[in-house]
Amino acid sequence: MKNELNDLYQEVILDHNKNPRNFGDMHDANHSAAGHNPLCGDHIDVDLKVKDGIIEDVKFHGAGCAISKASASIMTTTLIGQSVEEAKEMFKQFVDIVTTDPEEEIDTLNLGKLAVFCGVREFPARVKCASLAWHTMKNALDDESGASTE
Amino acid sequence: MSFNQNSPTTVSAGAMMTFNINKIRADFPILQTEVNGHPLVYLDNAASTQKPQVVIDSITKYYTEQNSNIHRGVHHLSELATKLYENARKTIAKFISADPKEIIYTRGATESINLVVSTYGRKFIGEGDEIIITEMEHHSNIVPWQMLCEEKGAKLRILRMNDNGEISIDNFKEMLNEKTKFVSIVHISNSLGTINPVKEMIDLTHEAGAVFLLDGAQSIQHVAVDVKALDCDFFVVSGHKLYGPTGIGFLYGKKEFLEAMPPYQGGGDMILSVNFEKTVFNEVPYKFEAGTPNIAGAVGLAEAIKYIDGIGIDKIAAYETELLDYATAVVADIPELRIIGTAANKTSVLSFVLSNVHPHDIGTFLNADGVAIRTGHHCTEPVMHKFKIPATSRASISFYNTKEEIDVFVASVKKVIKMFS
Repeated sequence: MKNELNDLYQEVILDHNKNPRNFGDMHDANHSAAGHNPLCGDHIDVDLKVKDGIIEDVKFHGAGCAISKASASIMTTTLIGQSVEEAKEMFKQFVDIVTTDPEEEIDTLNLGKLAVFCGVREFPARVKCASLAWHTMKNALDDESGASTE
Repeated sequence: MSFNQNSPTTVSAGAMMTFNINKIRADFPILQTEVNGHPLVYLDNAASTQKPQVVIDSITKYYTEQNSNIHRGVHHLSELATKLYENARKTIAKFISADPKEIIYTRGATESINLVVSTYGRKFIGEGDEIIITEMEHHSNIVPWQMLCEEKGAKLRILRMNDNGEISIDNFKEMLNEKTKFVSIVHISNSLGTINPVKEMIDLTHEAGAVFLLDGAQSIQHVAVDVKALDCDFFVVSGHKLYGPTGIGFLYGKKEFLEAMPPYQGGGDMILSVNFEKTVFNEVPYKFEAGTPNIAGAVGLAEAIKYIDGIGIDKIAAYETELLDYATAVVADIPELRIIGTAANKTSVLSFVLSNVHPHDIGTFLNADGVAIRTGHHCTEPVMHKFKIPATSRASISFYNTKEEIDVFVASVKKVIKMFS
């Protein structure tokens, strides 16, 4: 349990929890969504500025546990400069990381910063904490794109 | 009962005389388990209590030797099962000083409240009528009333609490008026531990001509409850919080109310005769018990009550108060920790927040040390709104806990604080 706990709360996660990056409001966002985890009362707002299919800026704010806060913080640093398609691909990749059976090997080679979340799958109760920001980001992108196609 | 003077477990001199904690702990097989290489420290008793061996055995025995459907069967097993089921009702009734005919089996406190709302509520509460609940109610004593108010155009009024998590009798008096038809109040708050001044509230409710439901989900296992002395009109209980099985609980209702209420669900056992022209409903309590009930659950719950009665609820209350006082005193030295729920009259629940750690992280770290607490809003979201917090961590105490376990819990909390500092 000690090792698994250390895998979950790695230094980088504790650091992002304490000093979250891109934390705050964005006044010129063109994609926004609010995420809520009714089980623990965590809530998060994700704002994105997308121009020509590229995510130029991401910000988040809200209240949550260390895992959800660090996940949101790391997500923002990963997404800036990526295309909307790449962001949606990363969303899938992230959900895979945190839901893969703990018995199965994960190839961490291409995961970059997201590799620190491999430990989450050992804690089923915490999967929702880790993925809240990503689901909220995906909703923000989908709602806008859905609205624009009409 | 043997008494071991060399017991490593500290119990105060007063409680020592009659309370053999080592023997009690041996009655609960699950307390011997290890979690993550540590002895289990189970402090999630407000969510569900563990079961003594006698309860587990009674359920095994029922299914091994006594199982059958109840009522109307003429064979040996049916008569035996019926007797066990009805004797269990008598045991429950005696425990709260009620008449067995006033005890209706349900799945638990939630279903009991829903039963009252959909039968008494639907028949006797109408447009413009007022229902009073408090700010500290469990969702199960909020949502059914909201649904009724929506349907009938009645008004749900909320009795607020102060920063200690206490309600005021004066505020309650001001809310009562000729429109008040129903008051539904939690006896002991599951997220704060507050013991509400319910006797006074029941009397005031009756003076105002209204009906009172007392939610005993968190009280019957901690304090003596005498429904006749309290004079509440309804009382609801969940068996699994009273050391019994899940899926069984009961509703106490004064007989005159139960008789005036329409049935809850239709089906077998709740009828005297069925014709396509007219069906005659059974008498109370059977009118409210449609379908084959949870017979093994009733047997297990009665066994749990006998077990509690054997120890004595007053001794349990005294010991649990001592444990809570100890825990409260120990955590007072932790500057990062704030207790949520500081009522002068409280029991068994230590809800808290840490200035630098979210409850969810606390829960995960404590679990690594084998300590089971609950984190979240505890199905009392309005309480979280009142204190402007997303969630709390809650250690909830039972009479099988020890001061040593409180020490393990507190050491683990201190470790988390250090980790996140």
